[in-house]
Amino acid sequence: MEGLVNIVVQSIFIENMALQLFLGMCTFLAVSKKIETALGLGVAVVVVQTITIPANNLIFNYLLREGALAWLGLPDVSLQFLGYLCYIGVIAAMVQILEMFLDKFVPALYNALGVYLPLITVNCAILGGSLFMVERDYTFAQSVAFGFGSGFGWGLAIVALAGIREKLKYSDVPEGLRGLGITFITVGLMSLGFMSLSGISL
Amino acid sequence: MGLRRILDDVAPHFDRGGRYEKLFPLFEAVDTIFYSPSKVTVSEPHVRDGIDLKRIMITVWFAAFPAMFYGMYNIGFQANHAIAEAWWVSSVSGWRGWVIDLLGAGYDPGSIWDCLVQGAVYYVPIYFVVFVVGGFWEVLFAIVRRHEINEGFFVTSILFALILPPAIPLWQAALGISFGIVVGKEVFGGTGKNFLNPALTGRAFLFFAYAPQISGNSVWTAIASIDGTSGATSDGFSGATALSQIATDGLPAVAAATGEPLTWMQAFLGQMQGSIGETSTLAILIGGVVLLATRIASWRIITGMFLGMVAFSYFLNFVGSDSNPMMALPWYWHLVIGSFAFGMVFMATDPVSAAMTDLGKWIYGIFIGVLTVLIRVLNPAYPEGVMLAILFANLFAPLIDYCVVKANIRRRRSRGILE
Repeated sequence: MEGLVNIVVQSIFIENMALQLFLGMCTFLAVSKKIETALGLGVAVVVVQTITIPANNLIFNYLLREGALAWLGLPDVSLQFLGYLCYIGVIAAMVQILEMFLDKFVPALYNALGVYLPLITVNCAILGGSLFMVERDYTFAQSVAFGFGSGFGWGLAIVALAGIREKLKYSDVPEGLRGLGITFITVGLMSLGFMSLSGISL
Repeated sequence: MGLRRILDDVAPHFDRGGRYEKLFPLFEAVDTIFYSPSKVTVSEPHVRDGIDLKRIMITVWFAAFPAMFYGMYNIGFQANHAIAEAWWVSSVSGWRGWVIDLLGAGYDPGSIWDCLVQGAVYYVPIYFVVFVVGGFWEVLFAIVRRHEINEGFFVTSILFALILPPAIPLWQAALGISFGIVVGKEVFGGTGKNFLNPALTGRAFLFFAYAPQISGNSVWTAIASIDGTSGATSDGFSGATALSQIATDGLPAVAAATGEPLTWMQAFLGQMQGSIGETSTLAILIGGVVLLATRIASWRIITGMFLGMVAFSYFLNFVGSDSNPMMALPWYWHLVIGSFAFGMVFMATDPVSAAMTDLGKWIYGIFIGVLTVLIRVLNPAYPEGVMLAILFANLFAPLIDYCVVKANIRRRRSRGILE
C-alpha cells in the first residue's frame, strides 16, 4: 500500500509529466488560457490515464510480453513489437468513448475542449505514461496508481498554468513575446519551481 | 526650495520633444524620490492614500536594514573568529585587508567595529554589484519599454543580496540578479505584473545552475583562505549550515563559532554561519514589526506560514523516525535556523506574487509553512526549503485566489444575494 502511495506522490510532484518530463506540451500550451477549460482537460486526462495505463498493463502482461502466450502453448513467442500499435489503439478507443460521453452529458465542456479532445489521443503524456509503465515493469495495482498520479500531476500543472495565464492577462509583455513566447517562459519558470521537490526519494 | 527649482528647470529637456526625451524614466525616478508626483489618477475608481508604491518599496527597503547590518556584523564575527583561532594568520591580504587597515579596524571578534568592517568588505561589493547590475536592467527596460523606473528593484536588490552566501563570486551575484530582474520580472512588464518573486527567481536560478558551488564549500573559500585551513565547515545554501548538520548528525552536532553547541538563543540572535541577512531572527522580526505596523506585509500570510510550520513539525515529531534526526526537530528550532524567518517576513509577503484574497492568504501561508518543513525534513537533496517552498507556492497563488473567489460567488448565490 505504501508503495502505491509513493508512486502516486512521485508521479504527481517529483516526476511531473508536464513540468519535469515536458510531455504533452502541445495541449499543455494550447488549452491553458482559461482555468475552466484547463480543469476540464485535466479531468479528461486523469480519466484517460487511469483507464488506459492499467488496460495496457493487462495487454502487455497477458498478451505481448515474452512468454505471456504460454497458455496457448506458445512459450517462445514475444509480441512486444506490437506494443506501440496496441497501446495507441487502446488510447484512441478510450478517447473516442470519452468524447461520445462528454458530447452526450457535458456538452459545454465538449465544446470548450473542441479539437483538443480527439488530440488527447496523440498527447505524448498519455502514450508516454503507457511506455513508462512497460519500462518500469509495474504490476496491475501499480499501473493504476501510476495512471492516476501521472494524469493528476499533468492536470494540476495545466490548471496552475491556466491560473497564472489568467493573471498574466494584466501584464504588459513585450510585443514579440506575446502569446506563446511568454507561455514558454512561464512554463520554464514553473518547472524551476517544481524542482524544489525533485530530490525527494520515496 | 532650490531642489524643486533645479528639477523644474531641467524638466523640459526630458519631456516629449526634449533633448533627453528617451531618458525620461530616469528623471521621473529622481523627481519622485524627493517629491510626491503631481500627476494623479483622474478616472474612477481610485483610492486616495498618502502612501504610494514608491513609499511602500522604500519602507520595505528600510525594514531590511536591521537584518543587513546584523548580517554584516555576523560575517565579520564568523571570519574574525576563524582568524583568531588560526594563530598563524595576522591579517587579510588583498584589497580587503587594505580597506580594513585604512579604517583602523583589527581582527578582534569581540569588537563590534572590527566585525562590522570585516563583514562590510564582503557585503558591500556584493550589494554594489547587485544594485548596479539590477539597476542597469531596470533602467534599460524602463527606457526601451517606456514605463517608469520602479523602486521595486531597491527591494529586489537588497533582498537578493541578503539571501546570498557571503563569499559568493561577484559574477554569480550579477548573473543571478540579471536573471531575476529580466526573466522573473521585466519580460512580464515590470513591477506588479510578474507572478514569481524576482529575488527568489534569481536565487533559485543560481542554486540550480551552480549547485556544487552554492551548496558546497567553495563559496566560503574566501574565508577559508584567510584562516589558512580547508576546514571551512559551511554549507552555503540559504544558511543551511545548521540545517544540514542536523540532517546528518542531529541537533547536538551543531556548533557555534566558539566551538560549543549552538544554543537556541544564539540561533535566535543569529550567531551562526549562513547567508548574509538570514541568520538573525531577531533582526528580521524587527523589520517584520515595521512591515506589519505599516500594513505592508500581510499578517495573514505571516501567521499562516508560522502556524503551518508549527503544526507540521509537531506532526513530524509525533510520527518520529530513527534514521532521520530532522524528524525530531521542534518548531522553535525550525523558526530560528535557516532562512525561515527571512522568508516569512520578506519573501512570502511580497504582495505581487502572493495570493490576493484574504482567505487565499491564509491558505497560501499555511501551504508554504508545511511545504518548508516537508522539504527540510523529507528532501535529502536540499537542506533548506523556505525559498523553494515560496517559489512553489507562487505558482499556485493565482489558482488559490480563483478557488476562493469561486467559492464566494457560490456561497452568495446560495444565499440568494446574487441573481
